[in-house]
Amino acid sequence: MSRRARLILFGGSVTILVALLVWGLTGLPAFGEFQGQYGRILNSTTQSSRHVGNVVAAVVFDYRGFDTLGEELILFASVMGVALLLREVRDEGERPRDEVRSDVVRAVGLAVIGPVVVLGLFVVAHGYLTPGGGFQGGVVVASGLVLLYAAGEYRAYRAASPSSLVDLAEGAGAGAYVAVGIAALLAGGLFLENVVALGTTGTLASGGTIPILNAAAGLEVAAALVLLFQEFLEELFEE
Amino acid sequence: MIPLQLMALALVALGGLAVVAVRDPLRQVLVLGLYGLVLVVLFVVFQAPDVAFSELVASAVAFPFILLAALAKMRDRK
Repeated sequence: MSRRARLILFGGSVTILVALLVWGLTGLPAFGEFQGQYGRILNSTTQSSRHVGNVVAAVVFDYRGFDTLGEELILFASVMGVALLLREVRDEGERPRDEVRSDVVRAVGLAVIGPVVVLGLFVVAHGYLTPGGGFQGGVVVASGLVLLYAAGEYRAYRAASPSSLVDLAEGAGAGAYVAVGIAALLAGGLFLENVVALGTTGTLASGGTIPILNAAAGLEVAAALVLLFQEFLEELFEE
Repeated sequence: MIPLQLMALALVALGGLAVVAVRDPLRQVLVLGLYGLVLVVLFVVFQAPDVAFSELVASAVAFPFILLAALAKMRDRK
C-alpha cells in the first residue's frame, strides 16, 4: 500500500474513532458516580449474609463461584495445553550450570525469597478479610520461586519445585474446587452453595466455603504458574 | 477528581506512550514493567486494591518473565 493510501486510511479511521469516543464520553455519568445497583446491594448485605470483610472475595468465591470454577478450569486447561506441547522426556543431567555471578543480585534476591513467599501465603490466607485472595496470592508465591531461579540457579529452582509435586498441586487445586461444589450437593444444597457454618466476621474462621475455595484457587494458580515457568525455562535451555 | 487521581492518570498516559516509544524489545520489557507499576498506583489511588494486587504480580513478574524468556530464546537462534 502506498504512503498516501495509508495516510488516507489512517485519517479516516482516526476521525471515526475520535467521533465515537467523544460521543461515548459525553454520555458517561459524572466522575465518581457509581450506578451499579448490584454493587450497592452487595456492599450493604455481604458482611451480614456471608460474614466476610472483602466483598470481592464473596462475589468471586460465593455469589459468582460458578463463574470462578470456569476461570479455574480455563487456567488448568491452558497450562495443561502448554505442558502437553512443550514437555518432553529430558535427561536430568543435561541441565546447564547457570549460577549468578553478581554477589549483589544473589544476596538481595535470595534474601527476599522468604518474605515474598510468606507475603503470598498471607495474601491467600487473608483473601476474604482484606484485599487479595487466592489468585493474587498464588501468583506472589510462584514469583517467589521464580526469584530462586533469577537470583540463584536453575537446578535449585527445579529442586524446590519437583514436577511430580507441581503436577499434583495443579490437579489438586482444580479438583478441590469441584469437590467443594459436589460436597454442597451431597449436603443437600445447590452446586457450590455456601453450606458450611459462616463463623465470626473478621476472623480466619469465617465465610463458610469461601476460605476453602480461596485456598484451592491459591494452590491452583501457584502451581499453574510454576509449571508454566518451568516449561518455558526448559524450552530456553533446549538447543 | 482529586489531584492525586489526575496525577496517576497523567502518569499512565505518559507510561503508555513511553512503552510504545521504546523500540528495543529488551528495554521495552523493562519499561513495560515500570508501566505496570504506574497502573498499580492508578488502581490504588482509585480504591481498587484487589485489581492493584493482580496487576502488580502480573506486570512486575509473570509477564516480563515470559517475554524475557522468549527474547533470550530468539537471541540464541540468531
